[in-house]
Amino acid sequence: MTTLFYTEHANGQLNDQSLKAISGAKEFGDELHILIAGSNIDEAVNQASKIEGVSKVIHLDNSEFDNILAEKLTSAIFDISSDYNFFASAATTTGKNVMPRLAAKLDVSQISEIIGVESPDTFIRTIYAGNAIATVQSSDIKKVLTIRPTAFQMSVAGDTSCEVVKISPENIPSVSEFVKEELTKSDRPELTSAKIIVSGGRGMQNGENFKLLDKVAAKLNAAVGASRAAVDAGFVPNDYQVGQTGKVVAPELYIAVGISGAIQHLAGMKDSKVIVAINKDEEAPIFDVADYGLVADLFQVLPELEEAL
Amino acid sequence: MKILVPVKRVIDPYVNIRVKSDQTGVETDNVKMSMNPFCEIAVEEAIRLKEAGKAEEIIAISIGDQKCQETIRTALAMGADRGIHVLTEEVLEPLALAKILAKIYEEEKPGLVVMGKQAIDGDNNQTGQMFAALTDLPQGTFASKIDIEGEQALVTREVDGGLQTIKINMPAVVTTDLRLNEPRYASLPNIMKAKKKPIDQKAPEDFGVDVSPRLKVLKVVEPPKRQAGIKVDSVSELVEKLKNEAGVI
Repeated sequence: MTTLFYTEHANGQLNDQSLKAISGAKEFGDELHILIAGSNIDEAVNQASKIEGVSKVIHLDNSEFDNILAEKLTSAIFDISSDYNFFASAATTTGKNVMPRLAAKLDVSQISEIIGVESPDTFIRTIYAGNAIATVQSSDIKKVLTIRPTAFQMSVAGDTSCEVVKISPENIPSVSEFVKEELTKSDRPELTSAKIIVSGGRGMQNGENFKLLDKVAAKLNAAVGASRAAVDAGFVPNDYQVGQTGKVVAPELYIAVGISGAIQHLAGMKDSKVIVAINKDEEAPIFDVADYGLVADLFQVLPELEEAL
Repeated sequence: MKILVPVKRVIDPYVNIRVKSDQTGVETDNVKMSMNPFCEIAVEEAIRLKEAGKAEEIIAISIGDQKCQETIRTALAMGADRGIHVLTEEVLEPLALAKILAKIYEEEKPGLVVMGKQAIDGDNNQTGQMFAALTDLPQGTFASKIDIEGEQALVTREVDGGLQTIKINMPAVVTTDLRLNEPRYASLPNIMKAKKKPIDQKAPEDFGVDVSPRLKVLKVVEPPKRQAGIKVDSVSELVEKLKNEAGVI
């Protein structure tokens, strides 16, 4: 039983979320192949070939995959699908975009964002924003899954490199084209890989006040996140969003500032190791999950905190 | 141009979820139900395209039990023109939903299909992409902006690192993200008018597709509870605890 795992990469490095999800994919079958796509990516291909437990790397070597479009990548994976029993990727925006399209092409149901593997056909995943945990058994012969990175450990490099096979698919569909990408520029670490996250909610009152969080984050080398309410109110872009419909994070320390703690937000952060809540409403539900709560006005606390660190 | 908008009836997002004690699922009896929030955004976007003169007709589709009629009526009250209700007591998987929608697509031949990126019950985030695969249409998922330019759509997508813009040929499938728009409330006159708008009733058997389940839910349990910790009185106490007790800074 062989698994094909699609890994993402950027700037010569495999994506951290993919590296974590690969550890989940190792639990499916007895052999694991990595699929990586793009041209002039030798460094990332090399890194993939050294991951412990990987027996083959398939490199879709074609500039058509320098920016991933679901139509093109799905078609390329479908072409080689007869060799595989499992298809998986991290539950990132790319994985979520591509894998269900592949599943439907293969006529199988996808199991989304699994957090555990019970057996090769039985998986654990959260539903209702993490308010319930389902154990799901698949009767499909081929299985397509996305894997929640925070539920698994980062894969490590082994001593040897495995075989790398380059393929270049023909008949790549041309119904879609990449136009541009505007990535949020930040000196801060990425939300999904940061050890510490400082997040703001509606209590921040406006986007300008997020600078107060930035200053604290700078002292802690932390990423800055936000609740859906803060994104909804237009304080910060959507890629800051932690929660059911945003990113799921599990840092060592999560500091929630002016966040009431709606279930949709808790879904994205309650597996953090230590949670701190700062809110002036002592009834706020965020205090029910916080290890350390401080009932106070965030506009007084944040400058003090920056000073104290 | 016609726009198809599938809409799903889900437990209202502000209701506390209760897991059934027999571990078969979550409690839905006597629980407030609403249109999935991302589906509301999809309906709103379709209406805005119609108001901008880019579309003539909006068809709202829901697949599920009799009460899904209410969800279709909500879409009609917001501004959709007619509805299709595929009546089934079974809870269908995204693949089965996509198969039914693909058949409706063949019959209706819309120029655009707009749907929510995920439903907040199963959190699957699959149906739009699966439907696009089965109809061989291009997909613009997690959209925060849609611009229709002739035979193509420019879709700005919410991706992990920021925003990505793609150009896709129409007909196309777009799935909606949070910031695409803010859905309107239906006015009372429009709610009254919606009662007269037609809803066509169908059954899964009418479409001749295999909707049998591929997944079996073995059990549904409550997540482990996190214990509330302690309250600290000051910033200095907080910093001291984080350094010496938790050891995280």
